[in-house]
Amino acid sequence: MASASQTAYQAARTGSWWTQVVPVVVILGGFGAYATWRAFEGAYFWAAPYLSPFYSPLIDIHHRYWPYSPALLILGGPLGFRATCYYYRKAYYRAFFLDPGACAVPERKRDYSGETRFPFILQNAHRYFMYVAIIFLAFLWHDAIGAFRFPDGFGIGVGTLVLLANVILLSLYFGSCHSLRHLLGGKLDCFSCSKFGGARHSTWKSLSFLNEHHMLFAWASLFSVGFADFYVRLVSSGAIRDLRIL
Amino acid sequence: MNDKFETHEHDVLIIGAGGAGLRAAIEALGHGASVGIVCKSLLGKAHTVMAEGGIAAAMANVDAADDWRTHFGDTMRGGKFLNNWRMAQIHAQEAPDRVRELEQWGALFDRTDDGRILQRAFGGHSFKRLCHVGDRTGLEMIRTLQDRGVQMGIDVYMECTITRLLSDAGRISGAFGYWRENGRFVVFKAKSIVLATGGIGKAWPITSNSWEYTGDGMALAYEAGAELMDMEFVQFHPTGMVWPPGVQGLLVTEAVRGEGGILRNKNGERFMERYDPKRMELSTRDVVARAIYTEVKEGRGTEHGGAFLDISHKPAEYVKRKLPSMYHQFLELADVDITKGPMEVGPTCHYMMGGVRVEAETAASTLPGLFAAGEVAAGLHGANRLGGNSLSDLLVFGRRAGVAAAEYAKKQSVASVDSAQIDAAEREALAPFERSTNENPYMLHADLQQTMQSLVGIFRIEQDLQSALGKIAALKERAQRLSISGSRMFNPGWHLCADLKSMLTVSEAVTLCALARKESRGAHSRLDFPKFDPIWGKQNNIISRRGGEMSLQQRPTPEMPQELQKLVDGEKGAGA
Amino acid sequence: MPNVTLRIFRGDRESGKTADYEIPLTPGMVVLDALHYVQKYQAADLAVRWNCKAGKCGSCSAEVNGRPRLTCKTRMDSLPQDKPITILPMKSFPVIKDLVTDVSWNYKVNKKIPAFQPRPGTDWKMWQKDVDRVQEFRKCIECFLCQNVCHVLRDHDKHEEFGGPRFFVRIAGLEMHPLDGVSRTALLKKELGLGLCNITKCCTEVCPEEIHITNNAIIPLKERVVDEFYDPVLRLVRKIRGA
Repeated sequence: MASASQTAYQAARTGSWWTQVVPVVVILGGFGAYATWRAFEGAYFWAAPYLSPFYSPLIDIHHRYWPYSPALLILGGPLGFRATCYYYRKAYYRAFFLDPGACAVPERKRDYSGETRFPFILQNAHRYFMYVAIIFLAFLWHDAIGAFRFPDGFGIGVGTLVLLANVILLSLYFGSCHSLRHLLGGKLDCFSCSKFGGARHSTWKSLSFLNEHHMLFAWASLFSVGFADFYVRLVSSGAIRDLRIL
Repeated sequence: MNDKFETHEHDVLIIGAGGAGLRAAIEALGHGASVGIVCKSLLGKAHTVMAEGGIAAAMANVDAADDWRTHFGDTMRGGKFLNNWRMAQIHAQEAPDRVRELEQWGALFDRTDDGRILQRAFGGHSFKRLCHVGDRTGLEMIRTLQDRGVQMGIDVYMECTITRLLSDAGRISGAFGYWRENGRFVVFKAKSIVLATGGIGKAWPITSNSWEYTGDGMALAYEAGAELMDMEFVQFHPTGMVWPPGVQGLLVTEAVRGEGGILRNKNGERFMERYDPKRMELSTRDVVARAIYTEVKEGRGTEHGGAFLDISHKPAEYVKRKLPSMYHQFLELADVDITKGPMEVGPTCHYMMGGVRVEAETAASTLPGLFAAGEVAAGLHGANRLGGNSLSDLLVFGRRAGVAAAEYAKKQSVASVDSAQIDAAEREALAPFERSTNENPYMLHADLQQTMQSLVGIFRIEQDLQSALGKIAALKERAQRLSISGSRMFNPGWHLCADLKSMLTVSEAVTLCALARKESRGAHSRLDFPKFDPIWGKQNNIISRRGGEMSLQQRPTPEMPQELQKLVDGEKGAGA
Repeated sequence: MPNVTLRIFRGDRESGKTADYEIPLTPGMVVLDALHYVQKYQAADLAVRWNCKAGKCGSCSAEVNGRPRLTCKTRMDSLPQDKPITILPMKSFPVIKDLVTDVSWNYKVNKKIPAFQPRPGTDWKMWQKDVDRVQEFRKCIECFLCQNVCHVLRDHDKHEEFGGPRFFVRIAGLEMHPLDGVSRTALLKKELGLGLCNITKCCTEVCPEEIHITNNAIIPLKERVVDEFYDPVLRLVRKIRGA
């Protein structure tokens, strides 16, 4: 559109834009690869009293109805929540679709439709994945509490702390969700004129505070969930022994 | 001839799209007129966006004792009783309704605990009176008016400079100008015109004003035959930035002092104790500006020729919350963290109290069909303006000008535009392209600014003013030889030629009036006449054009009725 | 202080190229100061749009070393001085001349947005907690840097179908106004192409007023569009309530 040429704009931009993109590609790609492998592995997900978050809730463990890894039955939930997440969308549109690679970096010209057509129009279902995520969170809290119950009674192992940290980070990630913030308060135009307006305003304020750190929680919980699974796998496969603290 | 320019026709043409112009447009449209509004910049960029403190209106939301009478008294006192009393009365009475109107058009002011518009204290106001939105009240106001006007369907002509008013048989018939974008000429036919072009700060080098504030409206009115009044009263805001050079003059809001900021000289003395021990830093703008100026002149100034203004004794979080834009302004532009150390400040040319002489009720100038509102008009503020009274001025008199211009237009047939006037305007506009005299407009501008700063500044004296008159005359000669290269396409050098003509006219008017007023009053301080003079307290300087020359005469101020007199009795001469 | 070279776009709607100007640095100089220096001493006809020179009016937007910036707030000493500093006009709008672009498209889009209209019978009481959120949006100075950087406009030229971040911010301010009685969600979805935004946040990155455009304006508006058009449960609820 402008009469200064595209190349002039390209040449003018100092600094390398891909330095922001490469870490996202490596980490998201790496996590994806690891999670896929682990989901199909169908083993080493249980090391009493620890259950890998990739396999929670554990369904049909004895393969009565489902011959494959039980993780495959449930991973769609958390995966959908993250895939439609307002933060991850930004991250992967930039890193994997170069749409745009970084701000003011020229893109290839093509038919762009944003989130108005299939498949990206499905991003609008984020709130439903959020509802599903509540169920998963409930199970993960159940697992984390269960991780205090050793065969010999109450105890704390390194694995307990790992699972607990993970579920806390996941809860923060969940609590900072844009859809949640909208539904619990943001959708009101006038808190003072609505039923329970005061409570919804303070809820919205707190969620807004968390929301500012949504990116941080997204990455932290991604690491923690991956690490929790990895830890359970190490213990379960006998590669290491869980250290009992208490 | 018609192929050389385009023509637009409106009942009411408004020149200037700041607060006053937009408010006038909305009202004229509401009264059934077809309205065009012309502005030199893009819509929404006018200087109104820079207003920080608030809109003064006696709504009594915070201080229940406030009412229009107190506001009226404060305004008269601030203006050293040179104000047009009727304007001050109308202003104080109508300001609250004008603020409520803004709210009804979508403006969102800061709120009191019981859900009403919050008001804050400001210099010279007896009560908490300034309706505000943090420190960006002007932005809120202009956006609200802009959206309202656009929704109602005003025709906006952006980036268009008017260089002449056209008249027909002693009344207004239109305006001539050019598009900044391509330099082509345009003629607006109109039955009435409202001037809302703002002030004249760009005639001084150290100013808080943007490039637009070149006194166009006053010069246009003067050229067309209307009278100007009180041109000697130029307000220097006491606190502008002084360092680094690029931001010299940039405004440091009065709210810094309102929040407890302390002024010190380089020896660490709190010098306001010597100038106004009672009100200290919160004295009126003229007093504080003179105090800082004097400190610097007598060798107690800071490294860069200013005073220290310190707010760092307040908690850092408080400063950032109350003065966010000041915090960022100093951090980003001057590498100063105002929560940790003092700012360097000095006086900066800020506001023009004088301007086109208007009738209080209608904002009508002395030329039939020509109206003026806002900073371009004179009368409301007298010899010194109180902070916060400017935004309310724009609303109150913008609205009145809109009504009057629409009503006037209803009674008129379309006047014819005189092709001889248009030809002359064209020749004048194009002349700089045809000369090869190498007189550069930027250099001429710099010389004019230097003259005004050194000779017609905060303190004035007979021989300086005489010398300024001589220099301005010489600059006017040079202006006849201005030459410019390049095309008519968005050519800032050429644009400056037109602006310079206005600046030279108003500079001459300011100097003439300053020379005549042999007393010190408000913003006008004469070293050779340091006191009030009761005779001068009862007369205004009037500038008009007689036989192509600028002529000056004095006219008595209108007599205030008894009941208003009572409101301000015992105050005369106070607060010099 | 040393001299630096400015590499400025000179041209008009038809053609143009960059030209180099060497200027002396002064303390605290911003890019707009440097452009004014060029105007004064080297090219009187260099077209630059500016007003307040204090970051409050949003007129002097341009691209400095490839980054959309307000030139009045970009310090020269924040830029590398060993090579030329490139200053180009905003890319998403047609050039008029030099650094001045034709931003009239923005004013056209703005006209499509229904203005504030109070709910009937309001008593004009408003509380700070309801107003806070909207006041953030009303900080916008219309510098159009967000419009310029947004790839939907910049790279995909969707000017006909898309409103751009600036106007999503404006609509957010109207939709969340505690007393406003008009809905603009259909307008957002259909005419202003909110769905074209893929929330990649460049608008937020360049905003000189630090408005959280994506998190606080666009995403909440997307959620409101979902409420109205994509959430079957809420549609059902509305139907039952409405019946």
